[in-house]
Amino acid sequence: MSGRHAKTRGSSAAKLKRGSTKKQDITTTDLTEEEIAQFQEQGVTDEWGGGAPRKAKAFWPSAKRLFATFGAEKVGIIAVVAMVVVAVVFNVWAPSILGDAMNVIFGGVLSAQMPADLTRDQVIEGLRATGNGQAADMLSGMAFVPGQGIDFGELARLILIVLGMYVVAQLFMWLQGRVLNDIVMRVVYRLRQDIEAKVNRLPLSYFDTRQRGDLLSRTTNDVDNVQSAMQQAFATLVYSVLTIIGIIFMMFWLSWQLALIALIALPLSGVVIGIIGTKSQKLFTAQWRHTGQLNGHIEESFTGHELVTVFGRQQDMGERFDERNEELYQASFKAQFYSGMIMPIMQWVNYLGYVGIAVVGGLRVATGQMTLGAVTAFIQYSREFNQPLGQVAGMSNMLISGVASAERIFELLDADEQEPDLTEGAGRNELAQPVRGRIEFQHVAFSYTPDKPLISDLSLTAEPGQTVAIVGPTGAGKTTLVNLIMRFYEIDSGRILLDGVDTSTLDRGVLRGQVGMVLQDAVLFGGTIRENIRYGRLDATDEEVMAAARATYVDRFVHTLPEGYDTVIEDEGANISAGERQLITIARAFLADPALLILDEATSSVDTRTEVLVQQAMAALRTDRTSFVIAHRLSTIRDADVILVMEHGDIVEQGSHEQLLAAGGAYHRLYMSQFTQGVDLDAQAAAVAPGTGPIPVQAGPDDVTPAEREGTGDPGVAATGGLAAPQAPGQGSVEPDVPGSGRP
Amino acid sequence: MLWKLVREHARPYTGHIIAVLVLQLVSTLATLYLPSLNADIIDQGVAVGDTDYIWRTGAVMLGVALVQVIAAISAVWFGARVSMAMGRDIRRSVYTRVDRFSAEEVGRFGAPTLITRGTNDVQQVQMVVLMALNFMVMVPIMSVGGIIMAVQEDAGLSWLVWVSVPILLVIVGIIVGLLMPLFQRMQDNIDAINGVMREQIMGIRVVRAFVRERHEAERFTDANAALTDTSVRIGRLFVLMGPIITMILHLATAAVLWFGGHRVDQELVQVGSLTAFMQYLLQILMAVMMGTFMFMMLPRAVICARRIMEVLTTPASLMEPAHPRTPEHHDGTVEFREVTFSYPGAEAPVLDGVSFTAPAGKTTAIIGSTGSGKTTLVNLIPRLYDATSGEVLVDGVPVTQMDRATLTRAVGLVPQKPYLFSGTVAENLRFGRPEASEDELWAALDTAQATDFVSERTTGSGEDVRTGLESGISQGGTNVSGGQRQRLCIARALVARPRVYLFDDSFSALDVTTDAKLRAALGEYTQDATVIMVAQRVSSITEADQIIVLDEGKIVGQGTHHELLDSSETYREIVDSQITAEELA
Repeated sequence: MSGRHAKTRGSSAAKLKRGSTKKQDITTTDLTEEEIAQFQEQGVTDEWGGGAPRKAKAFWPSAKRLFATFGAEKVGIIAVVAMVVVAVVFNVWAPSILGDAMNVIFGGVLSAQMPADLTRDQVIEGLRATGNGQAADMLSGMAFVPGQGIDFGELARLILIVLGMYVVAQLFMWLQGRVLNDIVMRVVYRLRQDIEAKVNRLPLSYFDTRQRGDLLSRTTNDVDNVQSAMQQAFATLVYSVLTIIGIIFMMFWLSWQLALIALIALPLSGVVIGIIGTKSQKLFTAQWRHTGQLNGHIEESFTGHELVTVFGRQQDMGERFDERNEELYQASFKAQFYSGMIMPIMQWVNYLGYVGIAVVGGLRVATGQMTLGAVTAFIQYSREFNQPLGQVAGMSNMLISGVASAERIFELLDADEQEPDLTEGAGRNELAQPVRGRIEFQHVAFSYTPDKPLISDLSLTAEPGQTVAIVGPTGAGKTTLVNLIMRFYEIDSGRILLDGVDTSTLDRGVLRGQVGMVLQDAVLFGGTIRENIRYGRLDATDEEVMAAARATYVDRFVHTLPEGYDTVIEDEGANISAGERQLITIARAFLADPALLILDEATSSVDTRTEVLVQQAMAALRTDRTSFVIAHRLSTIRDADVILVMEHGDIVEQGSHEQLLAAGGAYHRLYMSQFTQGVDLDAQAAAVAPGTGPIPVQAGPDDVTPAEREGTGDPGVAATGGLAAPQAPGQGSVEPDVPGSGRP
Repeated sequence: MLWKLVREHARPYTGHIIAVLVLQLVSTLATLYLPSLNADIIDQGVAVGDTDYIWRTGAVMLGVALVQVIAAISAVWFGARVSMAMGRDIRRSVYTRVDRFSAEEVGRFGAPTLITRGTNDVQQVQMVVLMALNFMVMVPIMSVGGIIMAVQEDAGLSWLVWVSVPILLVIVGIIVGLLMPLFQRMQDNIDAINGVMREQIMGIRVVRAFVRERHEAERFTDANAALTDTSVRIGRLFVLMGPIITMILHLATAAVLWFGGHRVDQELVQVGSLTAFMQYLLQILMAVMMGTFMFMMLPRAVICARRIMEVLTTPASLMEPAHPRTPEHHDGTVEFREVTFSYPGAEAPVLDGVSFTAPAGKTTAIIGSTGSGKTTLVNLIPRLYDATSGEVLVDGVPVTQMDRATLTRAVGLVPQKPYLFSGTVAENLRFGRPEASEDELWAALDTAQATDFVSERTTGSGEDVRTGLESGISQGGTNVSGGQRQRLCIARALVARPRVYLFDDSFSALDVTTDAKLRAALGEYTQDATVIMVAQRVSSITEADQIIVLDEGKIVGQGTHHELLDSSETYREIVDSQITAEELA
């Protein structure tokens, strides 16, 4: 009888635990502000914003597809449904047999008061004769043997039957639950694996054009959501719907008059849910809005704590906090009150039905139209009726939200993938060993979005062992150029050759395995410093890791850490500074010992003195390797073999430091602007303004979204909205290119 | 911890809480009375065939049900009031506490966790209080009341209560006991798998550059397998729990029928009482079960409460002076006397015996490598931290003896990380001086080279278009570029017109042209004020009246650019790393 109770409690406990995972929500606070700015600019926040799953865009197709993922488990699912049916039948049937048992007791009690020598009919006749018509009517609906008392044999038989039925029902409930649980977990496991595989097959441009928080939310929260929907909603819905049908059937079977009374409660409950439910839904929306506002205020006050202190705005901020806190209090009180009211009212409606059944049932028993057992069974049915009803409502919401999450996952799974690597024999080339590291660009054209060409016709050659420095203003295409070497993006036309082999015919893994890359933002993974360095070459020995660390000055600061190389790198923890993080990424590349080295603003967060040391390390690292170095501090690339000056996706100047300085062109002006400030502003402006050098008709830098990279708290020059002339790179400022900020 | 936190914040609502208790008592008693009335209907109405009695008792039942619903709704009203009000008060406590924190405490906790503690954690505690008031309170009343009523109906059967309740408690207890560690593990598993996914997405370039897709997929598979394993275990326990509990309830019902039947037969009890007893027993068992499940919510709330208490019990290290001293002069002189600062627990001090004077109306530049203590030095002036030893003086008075408002008016800071608050441009600019006129705002914007973009700036759409000073700024200032944000932060400090300006590497996001213009304009604007600026680039401070070279928390050089080139080795190293000697000449 109370199996459903247990079930609800169980699922709400499961929700509880799930609720705690929601706290992990990837909110926008997890993004760097630059990312947020970028996406706000692109106006994609609404469409792709993370957060609670909304309603599915196309419910049925997504629901169908979600169920299709259970295709491999068809047999299991059929078995589950069959078991649920059996359990429901027994569960619904049992109370009526309990009612019979009740009748045995009641009948026995009455019969005990009668003389044993009379027959049943004689007793009834006798009662009528003495004017006790009512009692006679009641007894006429019962089976009893006068004077016998309670028939314990019959009672035992009925009780055992009921218990047997319950045992069977619960056994099946348990079995189906277990089977379904395992099925759901297998399906969700596969779904997660699919997502992981998909993430590795998606082109980089996919990640560039989506809010990462949203992507994360799809791969984590949405999967969780699907899991709970499948695990709880599915079984509960099937069980509840079947139970409702079963109970209605049994109620009508026992007494259609009482059934009608019981069912009156149904529309009444509907009205209650309709009115109060809708109202409380609105109030909850208001509560969440106020929660958001207050949380926003708390976030601001705490994040900007030092400013609030320095500018003496505590009182003002405090007042605003109180205001919002009070608003939230009022809103949440109302929401909680209204939603809290639903249960007592529903219960009351239930009681109304209960009283109705007790009274009408009592009257009918008294007139012999119904047995007492039937009434007790009926009372039980009517009490059990509301439970599955409420569950159907609750679980439908869960299912709807689960389908919405599934839809978001399917969108991810359906996204276009990068071109698969050529297979062996299908034109795939191999690299001759040892790899020398000669890179050649032949008339390369590339754009992130077709309507905004970035690189239109670029050719260059880097000989093995050469150091090629790339300089130029924001948006000139410096990072794009090195990304193309890595085949992070596919070029539109032209060819890029490594040791004379077209890189597009190489396996991506083979190509990238030849290249060591140090990026501007120092991305490290969870784990120790040692593990992070080893990421460069997984089979490296501890000794090799340490050697790489020593060569890149990681060793120096590691010794000041209490845990040394076993220091765990934390996301938030300030145990390792931005500069130190960057040194670790350099060590990681060092350990990989690649034929080709790409340093993209690799030392931007390292202070200048440390940088000198790192430069020496990198100089060692660069020998015998072809290196591409993007640097904002021109002082660090003076001894490069070739310096490429890029503007608007094209190379405008090329040569050694001395040659370029002597030429007095773009490089000279760039160089002077870094070391002598404000002397000749006009000249600087001219240095980068269109008209200097052969600039093809191409997109200006402002066409490339200036996502500033965080890394140093030293964000780069962002092209301000509507900036007409490109800005000269500021010395000491990071002004990264935007790798693949193709706008959607 | 949870108890302490709740008790402290429940005090103002004692009356409300008593109301909840009384109302829940009434509501529960009414609930308990209904089966008894039903028994009467059967025994004195149905069994005797007294239809009048059935109608009368039916009416009484309706009345009781009405009392019950009114009491229950009122209890919910008070319960919601108390719990939400307590949530509000705890939030306020956290907020005011953090408000009084110095940068040191904020730094020690970290802003993100403080935010979580002030928002999510409070919410958790608040929900537990609500649950407790709405449901938990009912459990003991229902149990005790149910037992009393059941015993009253038939004391001879009451042994069934004593047997079934412990059995239920033990079994539910065992299952919950098995579940709790699994929940913890599941949470860890989820964190782990989300962590891996997060790293893969955030570090996608690194993964691809090092061709570590397979390695990452393996990590993910491990995490996925672990999570699936835990989920399967939890699921299996859950599907076991329902049927077992249901079976116990059914067994109890059957036992009542069987043993009760015998007692009825011996005329020790009436049939109606039997049905009533059955319902009481079920009510008791349900209450016990509900109570057990409620306990599952507690551990999490306890953790949240502990995290909140940590904040509430952390004393703010900055104390307002009891007897503030008024500045001796108002020229904006800043002086450091043997200042040492170390973070609590740290071995080496960040600043070590720093002494210097930033004379009024002059520019003092501070240079040094990462970690040399530049930012800390600057932060000591507006008392974001207090020096561990030594004194920082502004206008001749130690900042620790200065009234906070006085100090605030004297000092303006442009922090390293530009941060703006949500609101309008004007609101942000007036942050330091709410009464500043619009002309003053534009003057500051002019100096900060921000006039152009502010006047052209438009936010919003449709009817809500706002332009210029009234245009909107999103939280943190994310809807302006880094360079714009920095310039607005500079303008904000300028509007406040303090006597001492502190620029902590505040020009890093500006391009050379803007930087140069800004510096020129700034010199004029801050002519009479003391300026202390932290710089990375030597070229930007060659004109300073005084340069202080910091290295590992100590002053290793002090003087003008040319003096330092001769006297300070560290300075020369810094210069060399940025500029070659002949380029400077």
